[in-house]
Amino acid sequence: MTIADQEPIKMDARASSYMAVTGVAIAVLLALPLFLTSFNILLLNMVGIFAMATLGLVLLTGSGGVTSFAQAAFMGLGAYTSAYVTLRLGLSPWLGLAAALALVFVVTMAIGYVTLHLGGHYLPITTLAWAVAIHMLFGTLDGLGAHSGIGGLPPISIAGVAMDRPERAFYMIWVTLILFLFAASNLLRSRQGRAIAALRGGSLLAEALGISAFRTRMMLFVLAGELACVGGWLFAHTQNFISPSSFDLTNGLNILLMSVLGGVGSVLGALVGAGAVMVGRNLIQDVLPMLALDAGSLEIVVFGAIFIVLVQYSPKGLSPLLSRWLPPRPAPALPDIKHDEVLRFGRAKEHNDDAVILSVDGLEKRFGGLVAVKDLSFDVHRGTIHALIGPNGAGKSTTFDMISGLQSPTSGTVQFNGTVVTHTPARNMIARGMARTFQHVRIRPQMTLLDNVMQGAHWRLTSGFWAGILRLDRAEEAAYRKTALLALKAVGLADQALVEAGTLSLGQQRQLEIARALAADPEILLLDEPAAGLRTGEKAELAALLSRLREAGMTILLVEHDMDFVMGLVDRIVVLDFGQHLAEGLPDEIRQNSKVQEAYLGGLD
Amino acid sequence: MDFQIAAILFQDGVLTGAVYTMLALGFVLVFTTTRIIFASYGDLIAFSALTLHALQKGALPGTVYLLMVLAVLATVLEVVSALKQGTARRIPGILVIWLVLPILPATAALMVGGMILPAWISLVLTIALVVPIAPLLYRIIFQPIETASTLTLLIVAVVLHYAIAGLALLFFGPEGIRTAPLFRGTWDLLGFQMQAQLVVVVVTAIILATALAVFFSKTMTGKALRATAYNRDGARLVGISTRASGSVAFALAGIIAAIVGILVSSNITVYYDSGLMIGLKGFVGAVVGGFISYPVAAVGSLVVGLVESYASFFSSEYKEVIVFLSIIPVVLFRWLGARHEPEEEEEETA
Repeated sequence: MTIADQEPIKMDARASSYMAVTGVAIAVLLALPLFLTSFNILLLNMVGIFAMATLGLVLLTGSGGVTSFAQAAFMGLGAYTSAYVTLRLGLSPWLGLAAALALVFVVTMAIGYVTLHLGGHYLPITTLAWAVAIHMLFGTLDGLGAHSGIGGLPPISIAGVAMDRPERAFYMIWVTLILFLFAASNLLRSRQGRAIAALRGGSLLAEALGISAFRTRMMLFVLAGELACVGGWLFAHTQNFISPSSFDLTNGLNILLMSVLGGVGSVLGALVGAGAVMVGRNLIQDVLPMLALDAGSLEIVVFGAIFIVLVQYSPKGLSPLLSRWLPPRPAPALPDIKHDEVLRFGRAKEHNDDAVILSVDGLEKRFGGLVAVKDLSFDVHRGTIHALIGPNGAGKSTTFDMISGLQSPTSGTVQFNGTVVTHTPARNMIARGMARTFQHVRIRPQMTLLDNVMQGAHWRLTSGFWAGILRLDRAEEAAYRKTALLALKAVGLADQALVEAGTLSLGQQRQLEIARALAADPEILLLDEPAAGLRTGEKAELAALLSRLREAGMTILLVEHDMDFVMGLVDRIVVLDFGQHLAEGLPDEIRQNSKVQEAYLGGLD
Repeated sequence: MDFQIAAILFQDGVLTGAVYTMLALGFVLVFTTTRIIFASYGDLIAFSALTLHALQKGALPGTVYLLMVLAVLATVLEVVSALKQGTARRIPGILVIWLVLPILPATAALMVGGMILPAWISLVLTIALVVPIAPLLYRIIFQPIETASTLTLLIVAVVLHYAIAGLALLFFGPEGIRTAPLFRGTWDLLGFQMQAQLVVVVVTAIILATALAVFFSKTMTGKALRATAYNRDGARLVGISTRASGSVAFALAGIIAAIVGILVSSNITVYYDSGLMIGLKGFVGAVVGGFISYPVAAVGSLVVGLVESYASFFSSEYKEVIVFLSIIPVVLFRWLGARHEPEEEEEETA
């Protein structure tokens, strides 16, 4: 039996064990109210409610790379809005929910709009301010009990049944939570999920893939707020009483520590974190008096000590420990590709001439007094490989960034396909037909090769947020999984499509980046030092790959240090020195050029 | 508000601002060297104030027990790691630094327990008891997770705050305290009545800031700290121990916290859990300074102090909100001035 024969069987076995474990877990959970006391059911209800707010943070932090202190405040907005609608306007809690969701939407959009442009630490810090402010606001609502809070909130009714008893509320809360967990998991596997993953560690990759980092973070921030809002609404109508202290900064911090303890790397972390923190604290309160200790002041000390030891033991939270034992949610099977099937270059093939595709004219970039690039002009023709070479600090990477839209030139123009794109932002370039790789490889090490390549096709797919959550994107996903697999095949990595990208060698990671760029169906590939750090054999493979791409009609512009690599491969070379155009020509002409020799060898002739 | 009140509020604001400035210095120092947003920093200040108060009353502060437990824990961790690395000859040195040095002030406090001490001895003893706590906490709690994400480090610091505040409740009880002022009266300066306390706090802040500036620019340790802040990997490559840098940063932050705690203890009522709010406001000052620049953080803190002072006059109920919301214009300002080009941050690694 060959390996290829075994694969599908293994996949099916994994899929069924995932289904079995998930099914049993849900069944046990839903049977719990039959065995538990009211007190414990109420505790679990709280776990479920806080798990929702925590889930928002897990998505925002673990995937989007930003965090928020304001989750409890958004819970409070949900609770207080619904309290107003039900108690003051006398309307149904469902209308309260609608109003709460709308209000939180507006508030998160407004906060996000101002802070998410800034990136870095600004969002968490601003949410800290809002968390304090919103909490204080609740204390001033005289009509809603001010500081002392307000009771008498009506229970939620579903199909005429009031969710007024703990076990009824339990089912309402936990079914909602389970749906949210699946929806979140779906989202992370969809096109939007890959966009979210691209954001991890900065927005450069996302922008290069045509993903708006701002809009993606905004979506996550709003989503996190809405999840907290639903939690707050459930809190209000199952507790029947709310007061500002339930939604203060301390609780905002509590939700944060739930997410850290559970682990922000997986949606299960939300459940694990909320459960561990709330049930754990309860256990500590029960155990301490048995040891004849003063539970009042020691509880938090013991809890803190246990928390710190757990995080030291597993800095990425508890859910990674758990997922060692649990079968992962199976990925869809690999698409079938025929033996002779190859990736089609739609746009690169369309024009079969050698016209100028990229034209750089009088490009200049100054950083204060420093001139990084000065009066640089050159043309790149279709179907050729063009190299930009020069010593360290010659301005190659700056030129590259200006062409690909990551930096704006001080003066000069860049024309691509006859259109001036000088100040077009990077994220619009991929749709125009320009895809790039990075000098320092930017892949997502924990994602499979296939998913990494799928990120490259982001701009070609159309599925949005809801399509991802409801899995309405299956046809589109299947089609582009095939494209991605063919792109992997083009670079020779198809047999490792479901391997985690972090396990590849540097040479293979560079190939993976090229496959990701190819999945965007580009007309020109911009490769930033593709041979850097490669072994001799890997360089030869890379050169062969680039030659094949050229034969297939692709245009390639590359920045490179390695002269041997460049000389045997490219059609035309531009030499930069101190930001200036030093020489241009065929590889042989450049080799003979005395100015180039001087720049590289310091005039040793 | 007439000029007289405005001037009093201004003095008050400068005083508060000077306190936040010192705090912000500690925050920036710890953050740049270790990436830890040290949310429990304020607890050290509360501990310093509460310890001084206990000593002034002739009681034995619980700080003594905390210090001893931490010293033993840190020593065990250090000895175990020395044995694992096969460098047992380091053990005597470890015992001196991690056990004897912290235990000395604790022993001293135990010996004088119950006596009413001269003021200056209480001060010195308070500083000696509080300062070692910071590097010990770093060794025990943060060093094992020094490579964890900034968020994880922050949350551990938050949890640490809860734990320390819990201990403070156990040691010192729920009542707020206020120590006798160290310096009474007012000084006449160019026709203005200046509170002596204000002058002392501002002068201390200036001395601390200057000392830090000299430390960073003139000493080898200071330069090593700056190198760690600038680039951890690079620092390690040239032979700087980022762990040692972390310990030094925490020790310096501990010194600042002990001094600030003593200075504020006669000005504000300190409770066992006052640390978080005090700390967060120092944090706001650091934020206003962009979290990386010492001078800007100092100016930012001064502004926060002034805002708090005037806000408490207009609306004492909302003074905290106003202080925190003062972040918003700063963020807006940064937004308007920001270069809207994609930023590069630390890439995730496998």
